[in-house]
Amino acid sequence: MTELLRFATAGSVDDGKSTLIGRLLYDSKAIFEDQLEAVERTSRSRGDEQVNLALLTDGLRAEREQGITIDVAYRYFATPRRKFIIADTPGHVQYTRNMVTGASTADLALVLIDARKGVLEQSRRHAFIASLLRIPHLVLCVNKMDLVGHDQDVFEAIKAEFREFATRLDVADLTFIPISALHGDNVVDRSPNMPWYEGTSLLHHLEEVHIASDRNLIDCRFPVQYVIRPRSDAFHDYRGYAGTVAGGVFKRGDDVVVLPSGFSSRIRSIDTFDGPVEEAFPPMSVTLTLEDDLDVSRGDMICRPHNRPVAGQDVEAMVCWLDEQAALTPGGKLGIKQTTRSARALVKDLRYRLDVNTLHRDEAATSLTLNEIGRVTLRTTVPLFYDEYRRNRATGSFILVDEHTQHTVGAGMILSAPD
Amino acid sequence: MHQLTHLAAIEAESIHVIREVAAEFERPVLLFSGGKDSIVMLRLAEKAFWPAPIPFPVMHVDTGHNFPEVIDFRDRRVAELGVTLVVASVQTSIDTGRVREDARPGSSRNRLQTTTLLDAIAEHRFDAVFGGARRDEEKARAKERVFSLRDEFGQWDPKRQRPELWNLYNGRHRPGEHMRVFPLSNWTELDIWQYIGDEKIEVPSIYFAHRREVFRHDGMLMAVGPYLPTPEGAEVFETTVRYRTVGDMTCTAAVESAATTVADIVDEVAASRITERGATRADDKFSEAAMEDRKREGYF
Ligand SMILES: Nc1nc2c(ncn2[C@@H]2O[C@H](COP(=O)(O)OP(=O)(O)O)[C@@H](O)[C@H]2O)c(=O)[nH]1
Repeated sequence: MTELLRFATAGSVDDGKSTLIGRLLYDSKAIFEDQLEAVERTSRSRGDEQVNLALLTDGLRAEREQGITIDVAYRYFATPRRKFIIADTPGHVQYTRNMVTGASTADLALVLIDARKGVLEQSRRHAFIASLLRIPHLVLCVNKMDLVGHDQDVFEAIKAEFREFATRLDVADLTFIPISALHGDNVVDRSPNMPWYEGTSLLHHLEEVHIASDRNLIDCRFPVQYVIRPRSDAFHDYRGYAGTVAGGVFKRGDDVVVLPSGFSSRIRSIDTFDGPVEEAFPPMSVTLTLEDDLDVSRGDMICRPHNRPVAGQDVEAMVCWLDEQAALTPGGKLGIKQTTRSARALVKDLRYRLDVNTLHRDEAATSLTLNEIGRVTLRTTVPLFYDEYRRNRATGSFILVDEHTQHTVGAGMILSAPD
Repeated sequence: MHQLTHLAAIEAESIHVIREVAAEFERPVLLFSGGKDSIVMLRLAEKAFWPAPIPFPVMHVDTGHNFPEVIDFRDRRVAELGVTLVVASVQTSIDTGRVREDARPGSSRNRLQTTTLLDAIAEHRFDAVFGGARRDEEKARAKERVFSLRDEFGQWDPKRQRPELWNLYNGRHRPGEHMRVFPLSNWTELDIWQYIGDEKIEVPSIYFAHRREVFRHDGMLMAVGPYLPTPEGAEVFETTVRYRTVGDMTCTAAVESAATTVADIVDEVAASRITERGATRADDKFSEAAMEDRKREGYF
């Protein structure tokens, strides 16, 4: 059975991120002849000495012309063990927005550091965002080891410095790998140039890292997405609640309650096109039917009677602001979408703005602008059913929408109900 | 253990996307060409609403240069599901003067489809259009969102894409704008074939190896047929081929292949060193940015 692993990559410009991704795709044979040919042509026309694997991942014309990367791009490769989805996020000024976007669904973050430069302010920022988004696994690749003579001391010093910083973050699983993306050392196979390194190659790590227990399989959460009513002869009275399991394991026969009504019932069946199943867990998309005829609609939450999410109109959250034009300011009104629930939200308070480089809290801040992160108190027009983001990424996250432009302007991670 | 296979995981994600659109939009439509990606997308839509029927119509943008096998398949599948089929015809766009056809014989109608598609979206007031594009197909696609907003001219602006986080899709749009939605964004060509195999989904016969009269054109194998005249001096020969994509007959090339079953195709795709578009789409060869340009104009 092949599993899916989603990972996000981060690095400052020129740390070798594109080269590393190109190398992973190339060595896992996810790159095709015609793509390689196009890259060879371009490399030649730009006067590059060798084929620039980094070009494989440059997408759009503007990027090729300016030699920069604009936005999050998704790449795919597979080994017999896993299929990988890479969210490749570029490392320039708009970085925070891109990385937050790419990191939101990632199981693992891969942060690159140039061995010659060591831990930079940007590396700290990348690690901080990974921890803020609660990516369960963080891999620090110390790249360009060939340029420092494959020296163990360089690697160990970077490792020590980074570890020291990481103690201030909440990182569950931290791994360090010394690599040379250009030459392929420790990327797919263990490198003979660094016999002192006792860990596994990067690809081996990606294939083996244990992700099964990263999901919340304890707190049952089922946000109703769509009500299925066939009204056909064969399914005359059928009423099913379709959705994606956001937490826990639902079983046929389980007692459940539906929020906001608070009515209780029991799961009659868990249906799929391929037949009923005995249980459903994240991220399955299924349809629940209940024993009782209740009035349930999109945005309702099905959970267990003795394990309910917080239900409330007050939300305390870390918000990352994503918009160039407008800023987040206290008193502002925004659209909010959390699970399958949409509402309006009033920004009641900006408690502080966080300096992502120093982690300093600026309590005098009066707004959040593009790429800024702060702690915010919101009041919503209807109750939301939520958990702390650290407990459940699916029920603890929300997006904020500008009601005029309709753009997605903020990403929120819920801390708790305000005290 | 509670762990899904990668195919089950991407299937669940796609179903989530399809349901989200049905819940948040007034008038969605699903583009169905009879090609393998749209066949998988249609199956996912069937799964998303079962036991209820698919709650939106499907639309075929018909260049008029079709493989007959594909049209037969399309009509059969639509009838089986009982969904409404809207045919948006490029020929009609030509006849009514909405577009002008390149007079040279055998020229592709691929680019003309954009106008036909946008006209049909406006005419039927569709606000969400499901497309079967995958991000592994092409570089410009790799950067496109699952929910991809189009302005009132149907255009895509890669620099003004909305951030897309978790599975919280933002479907809001202003009057005149519409959303293109790509439920198969995270699928690869290999995933599609493995899924077709696992699910025993029927696909048009031209995907499998068959004998056909062909000639070489720009290094690609083109079928002898009514729409693309055989160039003077080209040698016509019969060989065993199959199609990796099905599109306009004038610009869809065949590949030499002996794959007669889905399992053969999975092996072939797994071993293949040429991307699907590179191997079989004459229209992408013009420039490296060909797809990006067409997307900006409102193409699929
Ligand atoms: N010597 C050496 N050079 C590298 C290595 N990895 C990347 N580079 C070079 O560093 C430069 C920047 O790499 P690139 O992948 O474009 O960086 P990005 O901006 O992080 O995507 C290029 O000239 C690469 O060839 C490495 O491991 N060793």
